[in-house]
Amino acid sequence: MNNIFVYCEITEEGTIADVSLELLSKGRKLANELNIKLEAVVIGSQITDIESQLFPYGVDVIHIAQDTRLFPYTTLPHAAIVVNLFKEEKPEIALFGATSIGRDLAPRVASALKCGLTADCTSLEIGDHTENKTQTTYKNLLYQIRPAFGGNIIATIINPDTRPQMATVREGVMKKEITSKSTKGEVKVLDIEQYLSSDDDFVLEIIERHVEQQKVNIKGAQIIIAGGYGVGSKENFDLLFNLAEVIGGEVGASRAAVDAGYVEHARQIGQTGVTVRPKLYIACGISGAVQHRAGMDQSAKIISINNDPKAPINKIADYTIIGSVSDIVPKMIKYYKANSK
Amino acid sequence: MSFRIVVLAKQVPDTRNVGKDAMKADGTVNRAALPAIYNPEDLNALEMALQIKKMRNDVEVIILTMGPPRAAEIIRESIYRGADKGYLITDRKFAGSDTLATSYAISLAIKKLAPYHLVISGRQAIDGDTAQVGPQAAEKLGIPQITYAEELLEVDENHIVIKRRLERGIEVVKSPLPALITVHSSAPDCRARNAKLLMKYKHARTVTELQEETRDYTELYNKRPYLQIDEWTVADLDADVEMLGLSGSPTKVKKIENVVLQQKDSVLLTDSDKDIELLIKELLSTHIIG
Ligand SMILES: Cc1cc2nc3c(=O)[nH]c(=O)nc-3n(C[C@H](O)[C@H](O)[C@H](O)COP(=O)(O)OP(=O)(O)OC[C@H]3O[C@@H](n4cnc5c(N)ncnc54)[C@H](O)[C@@H]3O)c2cc1C
Repeated sequence: MNNIFVYCEITEEGTIADVSLELLSKGRKLANELNIKLEAVVIGSQITDIESQLFPYGVDVIHIAQDTRLFPYTTLPHAAIVVNLFKEEKPEIALFGATSIGRDLAPRVASALKCGLTADCTSLEIGDHTENKTQTTYKNLLYQIRPAFGGNIIATIINPDTRPQMATVREGVMKKEITSKSTKGEVKVLDIEQYLSSDDDFVLEIIERHVEQQKVNIKGAQIIIAGGYGVGSKENFDLLFNLAEVIGGEVGASRAAVDAGYVEHARQIGQTGVTVRPKLYIACGISGAVQHRAGMDQSAKIISINNDPKAPINKIADYTIIGSVSDIVPKMIKYYKANSK
Repeated sequence: MSFRIVVLAKQVPDTRNVGKDAMKADGTVNRAALPAIYNPEDLNALEMALQIKKMRNDVEVIILTMGPPRAAEIIRESIYRGADKGYLITDRKFAGSDTLATSYAISLAIKKLAPYHLVISGRQAIDGDTAQVGPQAAEKLGIPQITYAEELLEVDENHIVIKRRLERGIEVVKSPLPALITVHSSAPDCRARNAKLLMKYKHARTVTELQEETRDYTELYNKRPYLQIDEWTVADLDADVEMLGLSGSPTKVKKIENVVLQQKDSVLLTDSDKDIELLIKELLSTHIIG
């Protein structure tokens, strides 16, 4: 079987974007399960310390193409390089971020290679499939699991016959996990002239660009652990950061928690903070004042942890756990570790 | 030669308003109860085309939509707002097409409309949220693409300048024509229907729709042939049937699970180990955490 490829996005600062590191982390697990290699595709300009950025995530091979014309990203040259590289390497699986780059590039690549692509997956698993009509069995397919129909159904999509099996995943959905600081893999430098179609690949001109740095991004997070005044202290907030790290989320806060100095203002959610709509919102020690709810009541699932059964937040919660944050959060971490694969 | 703009638009179930009556007793989605609407970002796309029509006097805006016969509604709606003409791509053989097969059919239809200057579509449709058909069609046509377009800045015979909306900022790009643009919801909203156009075109029908009508339209259509909305089938597109429908779609749906819409009466849990473990297991099995 051939390998798993992850297309790596480059940030304004010249580093590998978080979404790509998250995909590499997931890719590593899938590669282990399938007993194949994990390969990274890096296309940009003047990228340094690529090895120290990527090898800790368990990357076996880095394919790197560098040219001043390759950063910032434009569709045609990146698509040409990826398509031609995939034609040579014939990946089993190819993963892209579900970002304005990945969602621009991946469909173009899938169209050229005539292979299947599933957008915005929320989970990726390996499994078998038997075709009812022909009774053909396919082993070790990529299950591409995603919500569809406005989130009202969850579909498992497979690509039995075409390769690579392609998928995009949003930032914050997978967990970033360093496997080992010391592993080293191979670096292959691509001669871009061999991969580009023609000079026409550079017809698109970027006239202007304003892109902010990557920073605390609770807006884009799929899971938010928010703490309120009831968390009680800055030290107790560390529990929330631990939970966020373990399950792959971001930490948010109510205004009372920010005012008390437990966390920085960039994390405040609500009328005078940011508005979020993650797929899971865990409100820890938050009463649920209307100004706070205004920023989070569109969350797909809400869990409230509060020692007051009458706290208003419980009314909009799908699950309410009555008790103290400092008892419950460590238990959640413990049982998550025990039950997740 | 006119400056030809092809706008891709889709009729979709209104998944944003899945209310109580849209759910069946078993908790599954009752698709029939969802109203069919003009895909929201396709309206932003139509608006961008109409803006260009206002800037130049040689513009022709053509709507292309693929779907069941009732999707002709999209073409009428577009014409009421200022589009010039529309084609409905419809054929049972398209059923089951994924984005790759759909983009194949659409690219053949666009080729039939050559020479064109621009193809404009919405960034994504709300029933699938994939954002794939636009770029896939652009690849099949061999033209550049500009996705996530927010604002039209300049356009002439040979170039277009577009401001794109990215997650952490904006980018202004200039592309030669022909090109394909996908438009983001942050772009200007579509103008309203024009009363005169509504009067003029309210009897516009496809051949399939005319067959359903009780009233005889023959005389009216002889006098006003522009009321005829053309339908294109697989044969009209000269398409390879193997590349359409299920056989042309590399992605297969293995399983569908309905997310049962819960009323917000909260499940009450204690802080016991048993309750917390049950909760975590449930969140894992429903892929809310993973
Ligand atoms: C103009 C205006 C704008 C505002 N904008 C915002 C905004 O953008 N965002 C925002 O959040 N607020 C905003 N507020 C403030 C808002 O009204 C509330 O005061 C604030 O949200 C309360 O924060 P809290 O829930 O953390 O604190 P509290 O209301 O003090 O609630 C603490 C909760 O923690 C529970 N608790 C206590 N101890 C524990 C424990 N050990 N374990 C578990 N639970 C415990 C308590 O039962 C209580 O429910 C605004 C107010 C105004 C007037």
